[in-house]
Amino acid sequence: MQNPVRKISFYVALFLFTLFAVFPALWGVITVFKKSSDLYTPTANPFLYHPGPTLSHLTFLFTSTSFMTFALNSVIIGACVVAITLVLSVPAAYALARLSGSWGERSGMALFLVYLIPPTLLFLPMYQVVTFVGLADSIWGLVVVYPTITVPFCTWLLLGFFKSIPGDLDEAAMIDGCSRFGAFMKIALPLALPGIGACIVFAFSLQLSDYIYAATFITSTGSMPISVGVPTELIRGDVFFWQSLMAADVIVAIPLALGYGLLFDKLVSGFQSAETSATHA
Amino acid sequence: MTGDSASKPVHFVDQDRRLGWAMLSPALLYIAGFIGVPFVLAILLSFSNATVGDPRITHLVGLANYVDLMDQPVFMTALKNSILITFLTLVVLLVLATILSELLAIEFRFKKLVQTLIILPWAMPVSLATIAWLWLLDSQFSPVDWMMTQIGILGPGGVLGPARHLYYLGRDVLAIASIVTVNVWRLLPLATVIVLAGRLSIPQDRFDQAKIDGAGFFRVLFRITVPALMPVLTVAILFTALVVFGDMATVALLTRGGPGHASQVLPYWAFLKGIQGGDLAGGAAVALFMLPILLVVAILALRIAYRSQEA
Repeated sequence: MQNPVRKISFYVALFLFTLFAVFPALWGVITVFKKSSDLYTPTANPFLYHPGPTLSHLTFLFTSTSFMTFALNSVIIGACVVAITLVLSVPAAYALARLSGSWGERSGMALFLVYLIPPTLLFLPMYQVVTFVGLADSIWGLVVVYPTITVPFCTWLLLGFFKSIPGDLDEAAMIDGCSRFGAFMKIALPLALPGIGACIVFAFSLQLSDYIYAATFITSTGSMPISVGVPTELIRGDVFFWQSLMAADVIVAIPLALGYGLLFDKLVSGFQSAETSATHA
Repeated sequence: MTGDSASKPVHFVDQDRRLGWAMLSPALLYIAGFIGVPFVLAILLSFSNATVGDPRITHLVGLANYVDLMDQPVFMTALKNSILITFLTLVVLLVLATILSELLAIEFRFKKLVQTLIILPWAMPVSLATIAWLWLLDSQFSPVDWMMTQIGILGPGGVLGPARHLYYLGRDVLAIASIVTVNVWRLLPLATVIVLAGRLSIPQDRFDQAKIDGAGFFRVLFRITVPALMPVLTVAILFTALVVFGDMATVALLTRGGPGHASQVLPYWAFLKGIQGGDLAGGAAVALFMLPILLVVAILALRIAYRSQEA
């Protein structure tokens, strides 16, 4: 990086990538505080506030829409899905990494192939299943279904983590008198905590991002999560409540982006061990 | 991992096997029940005449639903668009992710801040992110159009003028390009994390050696980085291809499949047919057409990974 041409092109490239990433959100932030008269003047500079900014669309989002209900639904669904995912994935990944022979390798592969079946292929029969068990139009229907997205992925990710922990550590604990399950709880589990952290983030964001299941199962406003509630309530036919829509966007995105940003290095190392085990299996 | 079982006492191996099943079976049962059963139902459904009004599979009609699809011109458009959008997204995404991961492999000031900003698109739920783009690409109020008008590309006398707007979502080619752009934007963080993970696993001495030999940036990129990344790039391809190909939210909210059906894709058409149109069986038939294509992508990617390991 001593070469000045190289240095300049490095920072220019970095700036362009960053701008591309944040531009829609930046535009959203500017939009939130715009008065409608200002917003709908096509010739005016769209990046400035001509009659000054306003908070009315932000308060509209919180007081006159069901945004808080949607957010609460998403948090409840998210917490349940993360819990179910961990309960199912962590033991399964450990079993696949340590306790199984050749069929374990094959099960791991099968798990990955299951992940390749997208929700858009399953949503119609899933609608029947959810209706059959009486959970249509309820957040609990989503709680039951979302782990189909998160479990295969998180198991695969954790499999890499457990494989990167030397098996000798477990065996040493067992020689010291631990049972196999005790070794899992006391040795492997604490060492896999970064992987479990990555799984929590992934499971939460995967369920938050779902659109098709929520759009298919949920029809009443009170049960909608953010992803479907916000577009349903703030886009009415051809009328878009742009400022409030952008407010909802930004309010959801900023805390998540901060969380992801802090976890960036952890995510990279999570993928590193998962990839090493996947490509050298 | 398999070799050491032979050296252990038999009862330990037995105990391990039982514990293994006990730890694995909850996940397997859940997957069998909530992915396996719906998957079989999806196939049955596509051969039935079930509707939203009467969702029971009581009467099998054979290939009738599939034959119906062939008669509808929308089907070919949706199939073609699904493949085209996935392919274009992947190409652009892989190029950008490889470059961006090169940049992020270097240490610099404020790296944490830059990483946080770059990962932002991924933090937004797809539907909300798409709405942000919908507003960015608005036919009347797009700031992109405004900026291009200011610098004289659009508007009277401009290269793309005289109109002051491009109507991104109202023209066939631009609508598809918009969908690809949103997909690339949204998936670049994920692809970059995957590629960067692989990039950081390449032993540093290979780069040092190349530097001593006097290799330039692009030479190092194409001779060392990209070949070493091949297995990881296939993982990235698999993940992102799946997400793009199976996604309906972007199309549903951005273009609604329009103008007309010009940007229609299989998943959204399956949704329109199956849920909004009430034809569960027909929708299932559309959705099932994604399966052979997903299988081809999976097999291709695994073969590339396998081959690059042998080399």
